[in-house]
Amino acid sequence: MDIGKCEDFAKDIRRMSLQLAHNANSSHSGGALSMSDILAVLYSGIIHVTPETVDSPNRDRFVLSKGHCCASLYATLGLRGFLSLDELLEGYGKDGTVYFSHVSHHLNGVEVSSGSLGHGLPVAAGLALGSIASKTAFDVYCLTGDGELDEGSNWEAIMFAAQNELSNLCLIVDYNKIQSLGNVKDIIDLAPLADKFKAFNWKVVEIDGHDCKEIADAFSIFKNEHKKPTVIIGNTIKGKGVSYMENQLMWHYKAPNDVQLKQAMEELK
Amino acid sequence: MRTAFIDQLVKEARINDKIFLLVGDLGYNVVEPFADEFPDRFRNVGIAEQNMAGVAAGLSMVGYNVYIYSIGNFPTLRCIEQIRNDIAYYKGNVKIVSVGAGYAYGSQGVSHHATEELGMMRSIPNIVVCSPCDPIEARCITMISANYDGPMYLRLGKAGEVVIHEQFVQDLNIGDILPVLKTDGTEKVILSSGSILGDALKSAKEKGVDIYSIPFVKPLNKCQMVDIANRYSDITILEENQKSCGVGSAVIEVISDLYCTGEIHRFPKIKRIAIEDQFYHLSGSQSYLRKQAGLVL
Repeated sequence: MDIGKCEDFAKDIRRMSLQLAHNANSSHSGGALSMSDILAVLYSGIIHVTPETVDSPNRDRFVLSKGHCCASLYATLGLRGFLSLDELLEGYGKDGTVYFSHVSHHLNGVEVSSGSLGHGLPVAAGLALGSIASKTAFDVYCLTGDGELDEGSNWEAIMFAAQNELSNLCLIVDYNKIQSLGNVKDIIDLAPLADKFKAFNWKVVEIDGHDCKEIADAFSIFKNEHKKPTVIIGNTIKGKGVSYMENQLMWHYKAPNDVQLKQAMEELK
Repeated sequence: MRTAFIDQLVKEARINDKIFLLVGDLGYNVVEPFADEFPDRFRNVGIAEQNMAGVAAGLSMVGYNVYIYSIGNFPTLRCIEQIRNDIAYYKGNVKIVSVGAGYAYGSQGVSHHATEELGMMRSIPNIVVCSPCDPIEARCITMISANYDGPMYLRLGKAGEVVIHEQFVQDLNIGDILPVLKTDGTEKVILSSGSILGDALKSAKEKGVDIYSIPFVKPLNKCQMVDIANRYSDITILEENQKSCGVGSAVIEVISDLYCTGEIHRFPKIKRIAIEDQFYHLSGSQSYLRKQAGLVL
């Protein structure tokens, strides 16, 4: 993998995500930016799916559980040719289009709709079990937020995945430490998160979720694991890449105005 | 009913390798024949219904026809949002099976009284809602469900129901309403659904009243509803569910629509016997609680 190209791709994803948020005046920019590097690496040769194979039974599946941050997934899919960038830029969040601002499976390349939290991982576990049961070898990637891990359904699925040795399931936690009303540690502290997953019999890889090399290496570890499900805990920064958005709760809600967008685009060159 | 269900499901699974059964750690002495014969297509997911519904959704996306099995309200109310968002929205090929309709687990407490879930399942788009009255209907519906690509809810009794139909109902289609007693000349009819229909049978015979079973609470066959509304001026609906959201509600909605659109020209008198917006906290058998709730003709 060309790490330099990945880093450029991540910047493109960030720029496009913010353009979408600006156009639609939609929220959740901070969480879209924190997961951009993970998506950039995932869609740079890790996940086996292309615009030509979106209906292939043995394609790899990606489940975005933090569906409110779909702008960066849409940006990724647009830049990789799954979606028309023009239609996306024009339609996102607008009346009468399929571009909801929570992820929708009615879009090419999107497997699962989400928006209510704690739904993605159980479905991903079902997909992974289905892959094994039907002997259709594919991998399943699921991306959750950190605040989302408050939902008990995730922990039901975490136990289920370990019990059923779903080694083809890779959970990525976008651990940006800020949830809807404040800091994760002040609301439901997840620490020690890696130890929790270890205790639940998962393979655990903890990384800097903005370092494309570390992300790529973590995916390699997942692909070489044949017994346990893998969790990649990506330590990230909410709003990463835009100085005035980083670690600022309000960018869970606000969309950039013209001036802010211009500054962000400059910083992301 | 539960035995008829699992027996038929095993038969279907022998000819259809896409049938998968998930149980929420319930089904002792019921699900073993399936688990023993098809271990690769069976999982006990543990006491975790939200995950069970999500896993079922995922399996259905890979092409399986997935049954999720539990009792009472556990496979419905406990995971209603997963059913809505992850199954029904996709028209996922998932069959939600609950044993213990109404007060079947009467003495186990209010937690085990499945008396609202019919309305909840009925209100979610894309779900076919089934409520068989006896083991024969349960078997027929199981057969249909094995060949139907989409979400269904199977509201089953437990065991020991009165057998209503003498033989397998041939050519049963989704939505069909089944005559149980039909005579000439009466203007009165009882419509019922689920095993409580057995309670109505004796009384109907004595009074010379017709009786129909509604095995599918949703959808209801509109043509048959037109016939029923035209034929009978006096309809009694007997059900084991809250009055606000069950079988009676469904029937009245259809008849009201038919009347408004001019497809019927007379609005029949409709009496509803259902649970009157209450919980019953005193322990009792199914028959005791039915009486307490006034579910008698």
